[in-house]
Amino acid sequence: MTVQPKIAIRDFSFYYGKHQAIQSINVDIHANEIFSLFGPANSGTTTLLRALNRLSDLVPGARTEGQILIDGQDIHAEDVIVTDLRRRVGMVFEEPVPLPMSIFDNIAYGPRMRGIRNKAVLAERVEESLKLAVLWDEVKDRLHTSALRLSGGQQQRLCIARILSLGPEIMLLDRPCAALDPISTAKIEDSLVLLKEKVTIVLIPHNTQQAVRVADRAGFMLMGEMVEQGPAERLFTVPEDNRTSDYITGRFG
Amino acid sequence: MMRLNPKMTQVLAKALIWGSALLVIVLLLFILLFVLIKGVPTLSWQFLTENPRDMGRSGGIFSTIVSTILVTLVSVAVATPFGVGTALYLTEFTREGLATRIIRFSADTLAAIPSIVYGLFGFIFFVINLNMGWSILSGGLTMAMMILPTIIRTAEEAILAIHPLYREVSFSLGGTKMQTILGAVLPSALRGIMTGVILSIGRCVAETAAVILTAGSSLRLPESVFSPARTMAVHFYILVREGISMERAYGTAAALIILILIINVGANMLINRFVAKNH
Repeated sequence: MTVQPKIAIRDFSFYYGKHQAIQSINVDIHANEIFSLFGPANSGTTTLLRALNRLSDLVPGARTEGQILIDGQDIHAEDVIVTDLRRRVGMVFEEPVPLPMSIFDNIAYGPRMRGIRNKAVLAERVEESLKLAVLWDEVKDRLHTSALRLSGGQQQRLCIARILSLGPEIMLLDRPCAALDPISTAKIEDSLVLLKEKVTIVLIPHNTQQAVRVADRAGFMLMGEMVEQGPAERLFTVPEDNRTSDYITGRFG
Repeated sequence: MMRLNPKMTQVLAKALIWGSALLVIVLLLFILLFVLIKGVPTLSWQFLTENPRDMGRSGGIFSTIVSTILVTLVSVAVATPFGVGTALYLTEFTREGLATRIIRFSADTLAAIPSIVYGLFGFIFFVINLNMGWSILSGGLTMAMMILPTIIRTAEEAILAIHPLYREVSFSLGGTKMQTILGAVLPSALRGIMTGVILSIGRCVAETAAVILTAGSSLRLPESVFSPARTMAVHFYILVREGISMERAYGTAAALIILILIINVGANMLINRFVAKNH
């Protein structure tokens, strides 16, 4: 018997107006794994990632076909409340974007919007999330100072903590380390490996090395098509498709 | 044709730019010092706290200070919500199209109308038609229309200038549209919005033509927003125009300038306390 995948993408297509950005793809992502979506620019990775928590709804003229099932439930079904979906499926952007408020208020932003006002509960959430994102020790003495004063790496871990404060089941990360130095990158990769015990992670790496380092399984996308997917060590060592091996060995992209 | 060498061009350009900047500062200082030197000797605790007597020949300017503040408060309190609301509509709730162009064009046209025309409209509409009489309310509402375009345009600029990802972050954390606007958009744009409000306050405090026609020129201390009133700028104008007292006119002008300085500095401090700790 097979285990139900955490995320099941079924014949999924995505259109920006008339332009088809994703061509009827099928992917299974299992619970508590790091799945790495990679491919050159305009390959559709970011579009697919943003479709997973329906942030893509915000783009005028966007349209989808097929299904994305999370725990077997279609996220485009009519009874899905999109704000609830986004709390379950958190998103970290390429550029670290702390909101212009204190560290505490940044982390408490999500829970507050959900209606949690109790100060003790919020404080507990903030501490827990910062510890999970391995940022607590660096900021515990200045929780009420501006988050914009943190370094780039700290800001990105703050963004991860901000999602964790909502207790998500899935985390989507779009090139989270593209703007960071190697030490900050290593810290974030370490925390991702720890975090997968609690959440399912879909990661677009900013280079293939990152995918090799952290991913359990991976999928290679090109021009909106899913070329190949499978266990990361196999995909990055003995890819089946020529296009995948060309990309990995740096022949294009 | 004679050509300047590049070095010379640089020097000339620099001198021209510096000269223009210097001219602005010198002009500002000259006007400020002129009014303050002429007016400050008249200022005294009594001058500021006593009501005018004998048409302003003696006594102080207390009632005109109160009137100025009240008229300004009414207009800012009315115009800010509508102005920020319009700006939010333009930026968050609609796409660029005919409607947004019409709104922007209307706002820009409103901004270009001379204040005396607002005064006339306010006089006919508020004072006569709505039977509000010469009052702080009529004056405040007239000025609210006058400052509306400034508030709309500065608020719109401020909202457009915030990081576009702030909205996405808020949505991605499960925020609704309203929560996103109240929690992420408005706080980030607050500084710019306040700049527009401060500019508008300056316009209200300095306005004469529109106020004479709508708030009147009563020297008595206003009892409510329905009382007629004379603002400091109007008082100053009448003192000079009717040759009542140049000395007191300068005193009023000095007090007016000091009031504007206090409002600007105070508002900036307020914004900094509220916003700066987060930037």
